[in-house]
Amino acid sequence: MSAPGGAASLETLGRLAVSPGRRRKDRLARGAILTATLLALVPLVLIVYYLLRKGLGAWSSDFFTTDPTGSTFFKNSNIGGIKSAILGTIEMVALASAIAVPIGVAVAVWLVEYGRDSLFANVVRFFVDVLTGVPSIVFGLFVYIVLIVGTGTSYAGWKGSIALSLLMLPVVVRSAEVILNLVPNGLRESALALGAPRWRVVGRIVLPTALPGMVTGVLLAVARAAGETAPLLFTAAYTHETTTNLGSFMNSLPVQIYTDVTSPTPRVVERAWGAALTLVLLILVLNMVARLVSRRSRLA
Amino acid sequence: MSSTRPDEHVTDMDPDSTPETARRQPEDATASGVPAADGVRAPIVAPQARERAATTPSKKAVAVKLDGLRAFYGDAEQVKGIDLQFNANEVTAIIGPSGCGKSTMVRCINRMHEEIPGAHAEGRVLLDDVDVYGAGADVVAVRRAIGMVFQKPNPFPTMSIFDNVAAGLRLTARRGEVPEKVERALRGAGLWEEVSDRLSEPGAGLSGGQQQRLCIARSLAVEPEVLLMDEPCSALDPIATLKIEELIDELKQRVTIVIVTHNMQQAARVADRTAFMLAGELVEVGATQEIFTKPTDSRTEEYVTGKFG
Repeated sequence: MSAPGGAASLETLGRLAVSPGRRRKDRLARGAILTATLLALVPLVLIVYYLLRKGLGAWSSDFFTTDPTGSTFFKNSNIGGIKSAILGTIEMVALASAIAVPIGVAVAVWLVEYGRDSLFANVVRFFVDVLTGVPSIVFGLFVYIVLIVGTGTSYAGWKGSIALSLLMLPVVVRSAEVILNLVPNGLRESALALGAPRWRVVGRIVLPTALPGMVTGVLLAVARAAGETAPLLFTAAYTHETTTNLGSFMNSLPVQIYTDVTSPTPRVVERAWGAALTLVLLILVLNMVARLVSRRSRLA
Repeated sequence: MSSTRPDEHVTDMDPDSTPETARRQPEDATASGVPAADGVRAPIVAPQARERAATTPSKKAVAVKLDGLRAFYGDAEQVKGIDLQFNANEVTAIIGPSGCGKSTMVRCINRMHEEIPGAHAEGRVLLDDVDVYGAGADVVAVRRAIGMVFQKPNPFPTMSIFDNVAAGLRLTARRGEVPEKVERALRGAGLWEEVSDRLSEPGAGLSGGQQQRLCIARSLAVEPEVLLMDEPCSALDPIATLKIEELIDELKQRVTIVIVTHNMQQAARVADRTAFMLAGELVEVGATQEIFTKPTDSRTEEYVTGKFG
């Protein structure tokens, strides 16, 4: 390029150079994107900062091992910890998962392996999408109307679990459907061509291949349910005591936070921060497990 | 199927029933009498041993006959009425330009075509004179009798080499003697010597050519009577291709083979008979030698001499 005629290559150089106008536009666009990123980081950093500063201050040796006492009147009265809230959340979310995960995975398997592109399958997909967009308080309201007002009975942990499972169901269905669709069709075909009935192909080939990805989706749904307050407020309600009886009132971390934050006593508000930090860490652990599992995935 | 071939049906359902056991004995005798000479390494085995191995398969290869086979995707007719016979213990190659319906036609033989939403087939496919589309034919049983190897090697990713080969047996609930059948299938696919010391390693860790032979072993393990191969070498390098071709030559002792190929040299190398398809129709079928040297149809001649396609 340099050897023949210096003038010609200079001209080429000029044609290939970035014009000043384009350079300016590029800088502007880059600046705008960077500013937006920094702006989005501000609340994220502040949330983590406040959670750690206020939450860690509330943590003490018996924070996780005692129930809230409810006595907040005197300055030196023992307000207790959040044991019942942690255990209540774990119990209710476990029951909700036990309901939503098998049903959700079954729906996804039906959609991908059997329903495929049929009209009914598409109707199901549409309603699952609608359910995904339903605000969580509506699930609580639904359970309240049907299982509490409708039956004339009181609040109970299992009713909270039902509300949470309704919330989880569309998330499980959708994530499992996406993962099942990632399983290469060649695997199904070669298994079918061996003379395997379809249900065995699903059970032995498709589901094991999709398993790590589905675990990820399920854990994300669990994490979402664990952080929900609204469906529990008027289904499982609030109580101080730790209980393993899912038929009685049951405490949970989000409801504990909600109750504490509206208290006039500063120490109780501080406990809300401690509970919030606990909840965030719980969900963080779930998310990290989900990532570890998905790294083992053989798909995509 | 069951109504016309009752004893075949019984062996399909129950591996430990007497006919199967009785049939197995001569083969075991062969194996103990001439160790390692089980007909797999056919070229280096004495002709008598080879013949013995060939005459004691657990199932006999049978002929397949297409009778007015038509295949559709929705309303579009992709295969437009084909009459064709695949002789037992022969390799028949299907050649033709892209989109002529070769793969579709082959997928109709073991009823894989209908797995595609909206697709269906008409006409008859006779396996040993039984229509696989007939009222008594179970699609699962049809596919056990007619195995298939696909274009892309696709070992089951969650399974070891052993489990991949055993998958066919387990998926079809025929569990008797799994290790023996796996070894026999791997030997049959010419893969045993390469993988016998690492059967528990993932099947996906093998090379492309080995993976394809693993898939062939997986198909052989369920002891089909017919093996359909849909461009089995198109994703492989020449050396792996050569191995598969040698294998095909050995396998025809045991199964009837139908191979779809884009590669005319391959058809010339492996096939006893060759069928040329064009736009969903069968143009010509005959001995491979004839098709490539003196075809009767001018379109065949143009295709095999490279004027189009």
